[in-house]
Parts: sequence; structure tokens; C-alpha cells
Amino acid sequence: MNVPRELRYTSTHEWVRVRAGVATVGITDYAQAQLSDLTFVELPDKNDEVNASDELAVVESVKAASDVYAPVSGTIVEANERVVEQPDLINTDPYGEGWLFKIRMSDTGEVQDLMDADQYEEQLPEEE
Amino acid sequence: MRTPLHDEHVRLGARIVPFAGWDMPVQYAGILAEHEATRTGCAVFDTCHMGEFEVSGPTAEADLERLLTQRVGTIREGQCRYGYLLRDDGGVLDDLTCYRFGPDRFWLIVNAGTRPGDADWVRAHLSPATTFRDLSDATAKLDVQGPVSRAVVERAFETRLPDLGYFRFATLPLAGESCVVSRTGYTGEWGYEIYFPAVRATDFWRRLLESGAAPAGLGARDTLRLEVGYPLYGHELGTDRTPVPAARGAFIDVTKRFIGWAAVVRDIEESCPRYLAGLRLDSRRAARAGDAVKADGADAGVVTSGSYAPSVGAAVAMAYIDAKLTRPGARVTVESRGASLGAEVVSLPFWTQGTARGAPAGAS
Repeated sequence: MNVPRELRYTSTHEWVRVRAGVATVGITDYAQAQLSDLTFVELPDKNDEVNASDELAVVESVKAASDVYAPVSGTIVEANERVVEQPDLINTDPYGEGWLFKIRMSDTGEVQDLMDADQYEEQLPEEE
Repeated sequence: MRTPLHDEHVRLGARIVPFAGWDMPVQYAGILAEHEATRTGCAVFDTCHMGEFEVSGPTAEADLERLLTQRVGTIREGQCRYGYLLRDDGGVLDDLTCYRFGPDRFWLIVNAGTRPGDADWVRAHLSPATTFRDLSDATAKLDVQGPVSRAVVERAFETRLPDLGYFRFATLPLAGESCVVSRTGYTGEWGYEIYFPAVRATDFWRRLLESGAAPAGLGARDTLRLEVGYPLYGHELGTDRTPVPAARGAFIDVTKRFIGWAAVVRDIEESCPRYLAGLRLDSRRAARAGDAVKADGADAGVVTSGSYAPSVGAAVAMAYIDAKLTRPGARVTVESRGASLGAEVVSLPFWTQGTARGAPAGAS
């Protein structure tokens, strides 16, 4: 399972990359593998105000549906329309082209509440 | 319970899930890839969990005629026919296929979860001169499905298969074993269901994979059957209704008397409040079993199966909906996980290009 060192994580399997006060958010390699072939993505609208742990997006595979939560608070500045057209980008490149949305953070300190790669890895279930 | 192929599935990295009391592979490479392999090439499904009963004796035909909704007397040797096993009140105990091997010998192929109950029910309704044998534990079953299935099976067993029509079968040797091979399946594509001794399961499975069949799991099995509008017992069919609102008049011969006949005739003559219909969702977001269907804000039905349909390129569902809404083009909404999804009633099947009924020689 790929867990990039430089990212932050939530227990609900979102990853976060912060640059210049903007958090880019996606779902982890573990999450995409669990869901398997993704077939549908619904994203928040630009300029939406969001609070940490709000339900922001929906990802669905053939067999399962899952909510994606806001890891941090702020304003949506961009949503990745490409994954709406091509949900499988989340399967093939979860930390790259498969990103979901970007939040301009209202409180950059919230990042400290998120897990680092080691902590995230530790709380994943053992490989089956 | 585990099928004789459990270790093979684990070795292939399958994701295993519980299904009807069995640990079954839901997917190997991925549901979409396995679905596509079945529509365009050839896939093999482990269906060893399903049940096989042999019913034989001088009174077997008459007993089955009374137990099953399909006409048994006109099934010819080497032919099989689909229908239902009903309770007295018309509730569906199972959907099954009846194979005729001779004047006095039949097989019933039943679902995994319903097998114990079916066995009790059938046995309780047989004449003293009819013999019942549950062959399930000793019998392996593999479904080989897809337009190039014939070539794959012939390569796997280094043999020529006879030309078999749709819903016809033959008993023939494969790899030195006497096997039953029928031109049937649950995917809408050209293919076979192969019955053979369980001790040979691993050998047969590996031969098919080495000859080009892709292993496919219950996930693809479900999307494939949904696209062609086939019911799944426990979803579209159950003891809570007769088969009439799902099948209309198909697979039921009301000119004979069978257990549940009165309820079936009542449902045909008085019509039902709700019928099974196809829904095509406006977006790729899927409806799921149990979701409520609404029309103009009022309760109008319930979804029994729903998924993104890979070959259709849209989310589709089957649902029991109010009779007045079942005409194609009617608009409804599906309430799914807090969202209200727009959908249109469409005729079944969703996927109309299946090769299942093709000429006996096969596409290859």
C-alpha cells in the first residue's frame, strides 16, 4: 500500500497536501483499493464554505458507495472535474491526477490534528 | 462453507466475501475487467456453491409437474427449462432450471442459499416411487461465459464439443470424466454451465484459465445479470410475492395445476399493485437495493438491485414500482443515501446485444 511520507491523513482515508495555505484532498491508495473500480464521483462546488469533518464528496464503485469528509475547514477553491468524467483516475493515480478538491484553509493549525504517514499506516488493518 | 476452489481463489488474490453461507470470490482483477472479459471474450465463474438435485423414477415427471411452474412434460431429453418452485400461497421458494436426462430422470439446479429448504420441500412432495438425491456436495459446477467460450472449452479439454442449442445439454467426457455441459448461463452471453465430479475441480479450473478464460467473481456475475434483467433470488424473487410481478406470464404454465397455482392465477387475472421494471438513472450514481422509489413525491416502489452498468455506461436498477408507472418513459426519483436521484422507466433488458441466444456453432 502506497502511503507517501510528505502527506497528512485522516482516519476516514482522505489524504491532504498543504501548499501556501491551500489543502489539496483526495482518497488514499488504501481507500481506492478497498472500493475498487470507481464509477461515480460527486464533488463540492467552488466557493462552498466547509467545516472539518463535513461530508463533501461521494465516491462510488460498482459494489460500494463512500462519503469523503473535509479534513480541514475553509473555502473550496477548486474541484477536479476530470475525475467526474474519469473516476478511474482515482484508482490509477490516487495521490496525483485523482485528487478531488482544494480547500483554502481558514485555520492552518488544523493540519497538526491530522495523522502523519506513520500514524496512518499503523492504524490500517493488517494485509489480508 | 467453501467450494473446492477456495485455495485457487486465494492464490489468485481474489477478494473473498460471505454469500449465502459460502465464502466466495467477489473479484480478482476487478469487476469492470471481469465484466468486459465476459461480454467480449471468455470468463469462468466458480458456481460450485449452487445445488444439484436428481429426481428420478416412474412418478418423477408427474411430481415435478406439480412442484414446478414450468411445463415439465414437454421438456425433451437433453433439454432444460427455467421456472419457479412455489409455496401454497404462491411465494417463491426458488428459481431453478429443470434438466431432463431420460423419460424418468431429471436434475434441478437450485440456488445456494435456498438449497436446504428446497431439498426439504421437494422431498416432502414426492410420491413414494420417486427417488431424490442431493448431488451438490459431489458435484462441481463452472460457468464458462462469453462469445469465445466454445473455443476456450475445446482447447482446455482437447476435444470438439457438439453443436448445442440454447437451453440444450449433453453428457460427454471431458478430461476422462463424464460431465454435463449445458448451453445456459447467467450473463446474457454465449456459454456453458459444466457439471462434473468435485474432486476434479482444481484441474478443470486451471485448464480453463490456461486456455484463456479470465477468472470472474460474484461482482461481475451481478452486473452481468443485472444488465440483462435476470432476477437474483432474495432480491427480485422471494416468498413475499408470487413470480407474476417479476415474470409476468413467462416461465409459468397456468394450464396445468402446480403448487401455488391459485395465487398465480389470481395475480394474473386481478393484476398486481406493483411490477418489476427497469430504471435508468440520470447520472452515474447508482441506486441500491432497498432504496425507495418516488413519483411526484409519493411512495411508488422499492429498488431490488442497482449498480453502475458497465456495458450500458449508465447506472441502472430493477425495482418493484406502481403498475401505472411501468410504461417506458415514466419519470421517478430514487431516494438513495440522502440524495434524490432522477430516473426513467425503461424496458428490460438494459443490455440488448448479448450473444447468449446465438447459433449453436458459437461465435468463434
